[in-house]
Amino acid sequence: MTVILGQTFTGISIGAVLLLIALGLSLTFGQMNVINMAHGEFIMAGAYTTYVLQKSISSAGLSLLVALPVAFLVAGALGALLEWVLIRRLYLRPLDTLLVTWGVSLMLQQAARDIFGAPNVQTRAPDLLTGNITVIGGDDPLTFANSRLFILGLAIAAVVALSLTLRLTPLGRRIRGVVQNRDLAEVSGISTSRVDRTAFFIGSGLAGVAGVALTLVGPIGPTMGTNIIIDAFLVIVVGGIGQLKGTVIVAFVLGVLQSVLEYSTTVSVAKVLVLVAIVAFLQWRPQGLYTLRTRSLV
Amino acid sequence: MAGAAALTAVVVLSACGAKTDAEGGSSDAAAKADTSGDTVKVGLLNSLSGTMAISEVTVRDSLKLAIDEINASGGVLGKKVKPISEDGASDWPTFAEKANKLIKEDRVTATFGCWTSASRKAVKPVFEKNKSLLFYPVQYEGLEESPYIFYTGATTNQQIVPALDYLKSQGKKSIYLVGSDYVFPRTANKIIKAYAKANGMKVLGEDYAPLGSTEFSTIANKVKAAKADAVFNTLNGDSNVAFFKEYKSAGLTAKSMPVVSVSIAEEEVKSIGSQYLAGQLTAWNYYQTTAGEANTKFVKAYKAKYGQDKPTSDPMEAAYTSVYLWKAMVEKAKSFDPEKVKAASDGITFDAPEGEVTVDGASQHIYKTARIGKIGTDGLIEQVWDSGKAIKPDPYLKGYDWASGLS
Repeated sequence: MTVILGQTFTGISIGAVLLLIALGLSLTFGQMNVINMAHGEFIMAGAYTTYVLQKSISSAGLSLLVALPVAFLVAGALGALLEWVLIRRLYLRPLDTLLVTWGVSLMLQQAARDIFGAPNVQTRAPDLLTGNITVIGGDDPLTFANSRLFILGLAIAAVVALSLTLRLTPLGRRIRGVVQNRDLAEVSGISTSRVDRTAFFIGSGLAGVAGVALTLVGPIGPTMGTNIIIDAFLVIVVGGIGQLKGTVIVAFVLGVLQSVLEYSTTVSVAKVLVLVAIVAFLQWRPQGLYTLRTRSLV
Repeated sequence: MAGAAALTAVVVLSACGAKTDAEGGSSDAAAKADTSGDTVKVGLLNSLSGTMAISEVTVRDSLKLAIDEINASGGVLGKKVKPISEDGASDWPTFAEKANKLIKEDRVTATFGCWTSASRKAVKPVFEKNKSLLFYPVQYEGLEESPYIFYTGATTNQQIVPALDYLKSQGKKSIYLVGSDYVFPRTANKIIKAYAKANGMKVLGEDYAPLGSTEFSTIANKVKAAKADAVFNTLNGDSNVAFFKEYKSAGLTAKSMPVVSVSIAEEEVKSIGSQYLAGQLTAWNYYQTTAGEANTKFVKAYKAKYGQDKPTSDPMEAAYTSVYLWKAMVEKAKSFDPEKVKAASDGITFDAPEGEVTVDGASQHIYKTARIGKIGTDGLIEQVWDSGKAIKPDPYLKGYDWASGLS
């Protein structure tokens, strides 16, 4: 019983990581239709931000908390810059965007290598987050890792914040308007180029926040982005492009599926089975879990 | 670590085998090493770019240090040694191509380098065809002997088997195996399982993660549920970071369930973080803290040349040692001719930083002392056990009854 509960929690926590890395992408790729291959490097930028901050703020806990907003700004600024310099010239040319952003991702990786060195760097996690809490005690205890709980909380907070922004703020209304009908939005007096840049800023900033979270579970190095970008795109595509709801559900379903399969088989086999399941699902619903046809975006 | 080659390497290997054959066949009359003049050239073949550069650059630096020292004390047979460095670029066909270049164009007398087993297997036919010598400095999975390669890193009976002996002596009766999914961990685990069966140890589970995998919560849960006495870790690279973070989060400690790793040296400890590693065990033949005057001198010279914050590690030490062994062989043979050097190799000794090492002429491996170390909070590794004497290399594990069914 504890095994089942433990694995379910593991699955949910894998889902939370997937959700965090895919959330920003659901805005830039899902809603704005920009295939940004450099999204993984924005995550990396967030992770390195944590590393740099920890050098000047000695308290591990405080530096982590400070890193969240700072990483959002750093990655967001990188994203806005990318949008302003390159992507805005390529809005109707998705394949070119793919190649250009892939090139940018390689440049960012090399930049990280030149600035921080090729080996991975390490951050200290606050003591509070390296432990775990015991949910069921006894001989076969069920424990939840604190770092995973933190990431889960962060993912939920990010989803709520993004969803509220899109639904309730004037900015959110403008973004949704531009996504639904760019021309109509423009003739209604909305500066679509400014909306694009802001949306890109938020999407990339969320990648930075994901980077901070990843320092708690994985390595921090120049190539960390390439390892996760594929998973992020999978979540978006299966969830249905332009659908926040789909992204959230699919991230958790894939996480639980992965953890259950990993437990009963091996990691490699589980990865294969998850991909097979995704391919089969997309055969059945090529448009993803939720379709773009709905009027509501949130 | 040796063989950190990824699945791609296997695919690439077959392709490059054909390639080197074509290149090597054309001039079997092997360009003879150029030993006229007052300098003699040696090749340094390491990845200076690509994914393996992190590790291999340190080996190259260490080789250069040895060559500088030798030149400062008069060279070899009165000739200065001139290193020619080539970049294998973490790409196995490139290694074969550069090996060819070093032998034929630069006419080097010997070559030092390679890290992954895949790169070694790629250059092996080139050195054999041209009858030129390669000194290979990294621990590997054994089951290989080449007449033109000297192996100065550990083979399995000098690293993995002693590590198991140590666990047994500590009363560990059950182990859990975690490794990256490619040839080195799978071969190593085959050996470990055979050992366990013969020694009454239980293997409670065996899990592989793809190279580069960074999601280890399930494996940590499995390990925890298995309640093994110890974990034997053959993970490579980035995966180690994620594995140890998850291990700690799951509440597992070096006290409750120690992990023995065979791919984590001083450099890796730095990137994983001693916060997660303190107290865990490693199996190598050399640590920066290894006692002895030769090591004090080596560490001091290395830091003086490359920076005080640079640690020294096992493969670097084996590389450093390989240059001195080559020098001793040449001096004994009084010739740079590979055949004469090989003939002179048996019994050559060197007072290496890891202690005295002796060349076993038959297998062209060297006698090495096995050492188990405990990772400290300062990121250095302290020895907790050693094999007492240098162990005779046995790449095919012929001296072990339980290993008869392997390979």
